[in-house]
Amino acid sequence: MGEDLLREALEENKLFVEKLLAKPQPGSAGPTGTWRTYRPVVNEGKCIKCGLCWLYCPEEAIEWSPGGLPKIDYRFCKGCGVCVQECPVKAIDFVYEGE
Amino acid sequence: MEPRTVTKVLVGNHAVAEAIRLARVQVVAAYPITPQTVIVERIAEMVESGELKAKYIRVESEHSALAAVYGAAAAGARAFTATSSHGLLYMYEMLWWLAQSHLPLVLALVTRAIGPPWNIHTDHQDLLTVRDAPWIIAMAENVQEAFDLTLQGFKISEDKRVLLPFMVGLDGFVLSHTAEPVSMPTQETVDAWLPPREPEPWVLEPGKPFAVGNVGPDEVTMELRWLLWRAVERARTVIREVDREYEKIAGRSYGGLVERYRLSDAKYVVVTMGAWSGDAKEAVDRLRDEGVPVGLLRIRFVRPFPKEEVLEVAAGSRAILVVDRAVSMGNAGVLGIEISSVVRGRIPVKNVIAGLGGTDTGYEDFEDMIRRFVEEYESGRTDKWLEPEWYMPWFKR
Repeated sequence: MGEDLLREALEENKLFVEKLLAKPQPGSAGPTGTWRTYRPVVNEGKCIKCGLCWLYCPEEAIEWSPGGLPKIDYRFCKGCGVCVQECPVKAIDFVYEGE
Repeated sequence: MEPRTVTKVLVGNHAVAEAIRLARVQVVAAYPITPQTVIVERIAEMVESGELKAKYIRVESEHSALAAVYGAAAAGARAFTATSSHGLLYMYEMLWWLAQSHLPLVLALVTRAIGPPWNIHTDHQDLLTVRDAPWIIAMAENVQEAFDLTLQGFKISEDKRVLLPFMVGLDGFVLSHTAEPVSMPTQETVDAWLPPREPEPWVLEPGKPFAVGNVGPDEVTMELRWLLWRAVERARTVIREVDREYEKIAGRSYGGLVERYRLSDAKYVVVTMGAWSGDAKEAVDRLRDEGVPVGLLRIRFVRPFPKEEVLEVAAGSRAILVVDRAVSMGNAGVLGIEISSVVRGRIPVKNVIAGLGGTDTGYEDFEDMIRRFVEEYESGRTDKWLEPEWYMPWFKR
């Protein structure tokens, strides 16, 4: 009985730890993009590739490397609009979801 | 083979400190509060002199004390703290954080009334505020048992089938400041029995970041609770096992989650917890001399609650008297409620609330309580047992 109890405990402890601890990874809280009401859309013609949207995004949902265009990850973008506000050339439109 | 032991005359607080030394605790953080202070003062001396190689963290409050040892336990260390009464209440949030993180450590609670009015003497109200959290909660009857439970606490708490924090209660002043001969296993024996802690079930390490208890789906909260429930349930087996093993290294065992005193042929059962159980046993002996078939069930562990043991006692007796040193306002004494929840009307249960704030309660008082309990049962007056009796013979309105 002692060994069965230990086996059961080890399995359950492992399950507990998996559920208690969260390691850094994309979207550990699930696809938060479903929370979005407005969608930021980059106007590639206007964009000066400065990277400020990437820098300000509170969710790290924008990918960018120097000299490139920003790419928004809509799986996790919550539509907060910070990038829209911060863009120095107003190159990000804020579009109502469903339009 | 005879266990190798050393006997010293120690007050309860020093006995707990000796158990900490023998367990080779690695991190201690505590904040002083009467009547617990002497435990951590003694440990501070041990760390200062090098008798105990531990990190002693000075903190600004009990909340921080438990937070500090929570961190130490998460980093894989064997950790300890101690407190009383208001200090425990100040820790309350961290009591849950720690326990619901499934981490082992030992906390000594020198029981003391909760104010107002300010009162440094014992009752069990502070200990019993923790009963709904996943802690293993024990209560000692004497200084020897306070030592034994503290040492066993690490063994039970760190067992892979448990991995939960362990609280050992000892009555303020009655045990904490009272000297008794205490028999202790040698360091060599303890080292062989209680090896260094393994960093289970999880460990914080530099360079491996993770969040503990992050926001998640609501269902995860319920699943984690159930897993903790399972671990507390498993602790029953581990407590009984450690109690039996301890016989080999120390020459003593107590009977597991409860102690049974003159119960085998008892028709009336008194239930108590803590130091005054000694007085209650004296009363049982005196009434036995008169031929009253009474015995005593002493609760050693409040959590996990000794359900099977209580049922077994209920099956063989006529009525139970629970003498409580804590009250749940608007219902009854806390142990009274606990016992009734298991007995579920199989036999009548009387509940007496006594000894609050350290009110002196001697064997004569227990004799009086037991005598009236038996009389009431035998004359069929158990209907009034729905309400608890407040035992205050001095009190005139």
